[in-house]
Amino acid sequence: MLRIDRSIHDQIVAHARRDHPDEACGVVAGPEGSDRPERIIEMLNAARSPTFYEFDSTEYKKVYDELWDRDEEFVVIYHSHTATEAYPSRTDISYAQWPQAHYVLVSTREADTAEFRSYRIIDGEVTEEPVEITGAGTDR
Amino acid sequence: MAIEVRIPTILRNLTGDAKVVEGSGDNLSELIADLDNSHPGIAERLVDGGKLRRFINVYLNDEDVRFVGGLEAKLSDGDKVTILPAVAGGSR
Repeated sequence: MLRIDRSIHDQIVAHARRDHPDEACGVVAGPEGSDRPERIIEMLNAARSPTFYEFDSTEYKKVYDELWDRDEEFVVIYHSHTATEAYPSRTDISYAQWPQAHYVLVSTREADTAEFRSYRIIDGEVTEEPVEITGAGTDR
Repeated sequence: MAIEVRIPTILRNLTGDAKVVEGSGDNLSELIADLDNSHPGIAERLVDGGKLRRFINVYLNDEDVRFVGGLEAKLSDGDKVTILPAVAGGSR
């Protein structure tokens, strides 16, 4: 199960909306081993594409170094699908290489509702998991 | 000469869970061969057909090695190498 604070959930959805129709991507960092997503970092989509995303190599390294120094890890890795459902594609599965991460997908294909779903992807096997949104969040 | 290498989670089963290992070599190719001696299997995860795998990013200090010579990138004592799995995907 993914437990995530409403304000972080809302920021992920807002990022996906803002970059629509291109795919948006990012991470939520948290203390190593804690499974607590605490600090959202919006990443550039180096592919700037409606059907593909890729972390910018230089930004990725910079963010990883920062996490390393803070004893954090990627608790959530998120990206959006802008015309299809929030389910991992074959490409998503082949690139999923952080076994401890919750892979979050947001679909922005509907203008008024955002699909927000979470998966474990380990050795090419996808398992959807429940998402529990915690906290009061923002007034929106 | 010692090069510090940061290992991502997905490869730590090959390093006895170590996050950081040391290796040596005059260039990246030699370093990977040296790492493979102490951590068998790691070379195959990084290199395929004489090239770095597309799904893997390797950095020499802060530079993506693709921009500084790839497997031929020259190394010096005290350099830091970071291995990161690429993060990518898409709706197709």
